[in-house]
Amino acid sequence: MLVKRAKLSWLERLYFPALLGGLKITWRHFARTLFKKAVTMEYPEQRHQLPAGYRGAPYLVKDPDGNTKCVSCQLCEFVCPPKAIKIIPPGPDGQPPDRANAEKMPREFEINMLRCIFCGFCQEVCPEEAIFLKEDYSLVGLTRGEMIYNKEKLLQLGGTHHGPIKKWEQKLREARAQEAFPVKQG
Amino acid sequence: MDWDFIIISSVKIVCAVVALLTMVAYSVLVERKVSAFIQDRVGPNRTAPPLVAAIPVIGPFLVRLGIFQPLADGLKFILKEDFTPSHVRKIYFWLAPAVAMVPAFLTIAVIPFGSTLGKQNMVIADLNVGILYSFGIVSLAVYGIVLAGWASNSKYPFYGGIRSSAQMISYEIAMGMSVVPVFMMVGHLNLSEVIQAQADGGWFVWRSPMTFLSFVIFLIAAFAETNRLPFDMPECETELVGGYHTEYSSMKFALFFLGEYAAMIAVSSLMVVLFFGGWTLPFFGLNQPAESLGMGLLHIAIFLGKMLFFMVVFIWVRWMIPRFRYDQLMDMGWKRFVPLALANIVLTAVWMWWMA
Repeated sequence: MLVKRAKLSWLERLYFPALLGGLKITWRHFARTLFKKAVTMEYPEQRHQLPAGYRGAPYLVKDPDGNTKCVSCQLCEFVCPPKAIKIIPPGPDGQPPDRANAEKMPREFEINMLRCIFCGFCQEVCPEEAIFLKEDYSLVGLTRGEMIYNKEKLLQLGGTHHGPIKKWEQKLREARAQEAFPVKQG
Repeated sequence: MDWDFIIISSVKIVCAVVALLTMVAYSVLVERKVSAFIQDRVGPNRTAPPLVAAIPVIGPFLVRLGIFQPLADGLKFILKEDFTPSHVRKIYFWLAPAVAMVPAFLTIAVIPFGSTLGKQNMVIADLNVGILYSFGIVSLAVYGIVLAGWASNSKYPFYGGIRSSAQMISYEIAMGMSVVPVFMMVGHLNLSEVIQAQADGGWFVWRSPMTFLSFVIFLIAAFAETNRLPFDMPECETELVGGYHTEYSSMKFALFFLGEYAAMIAVSSLMVVLFFGGWTLPFFGLNQPAESLGMGLLHIAIFLGKMLFFMVVFIWVRWMIPRFRYDQLMDMGWKRFVPLALANIVLTAVWMWWMA
């Protein structure tokens, strides 16, 4: 394709209209920034308003009674694309779970935040609603080791989840009613 | 040659160089702030030395203004690794930054930056061939850039050096010829005499159409001489990576940087002296040499104020106009400004002959 070069008038060839136009535009922007406001968001002081459903860092949550919800099923560990999650199950003679009627809870639960890609697969796959992508997007640490969050830290950051579904209370009631199998009394 | 002269001259030189270096550092800050504002940003506003920033109200304001940024910049340049690539021509590679910076500093020697302070004339060297000296020195600046481009021994710096030699030599001609009408009217090459002539008969920008044309040509040539943006062929980032200073790092790069801004200051001062009456103002009797100390300081302030105005013009234009193409640049230099400046000289001569 051939693009015809526009023929400039003598006034245009003096560059003066272009200069004046440039001055007008730059002055407009300069004055606007000086007297009103720059478009810059000054980050650490000002933060984004995060939309609902924002996918930040994954943290573990507790139920309203303060029990660990995770049952150490390791589904999130298997689904995690960058292999950021590492779960150590309690083993046959490990610590009993916080929660009545739950079979087990993880001995250790680590998420390497340097590997995590915030995809949300762990939240999606979790049968217990124990892991949620929270609103933290700015994770900092001085060493790589510091960026591997352990169970304690994840639980603390995750806080309590108030969901409408209380699966284990229901199960506990059912088990008690049926006396189907020995139930640990909470 | 007596001791008084040597001591007073040394003091003047030290003061002028310190002032020049400070202005260079802060013109970089102004450049960054102005560019930020034109682009709707805020610019540097974080550098805060611990004690100063703790002063209530003033401290945070200065920090927001970025007043301490040049200190941080300077520290960064000093602490960076001074890297010399293995493929360069070492001696010239090390020599080039110095050669690029020194001429800009030497130019201020002949610039009268004030009237008198006490009994001293506020000019380091009141040469009778002032303007010839400054043009001679300014034309040395090209050697630093050419040397840097050649000594780097790699293609983009080389292109930068070649371009700058062509550009600066071309525009020096237009620049030199553009000021001839001014000196024809003054009848003297001494810059102090030029200021005196303007104090008596009005600034040269307004005095006649010929000198106004001189000013326009000088201004445009000054942009080309200092490698500033509409004509920054030697270092245009989009084509030549960084141009002649691609291979430089740390303090050696900083010297080129200082040189560029010092050259801008030198050319701004020349412009103020030649066309805008130097340290004079045409009212309140400010166009007579100062009798008191306060008046002397006021004259220096007036000079600095005018010079800073031109620095802002230099900086503003950089963010206003896109870069010219290389052939357009040469075309403008040789086919427009050189003939125009020549015609201007002839016209002035005819006009002066007519008036006489």
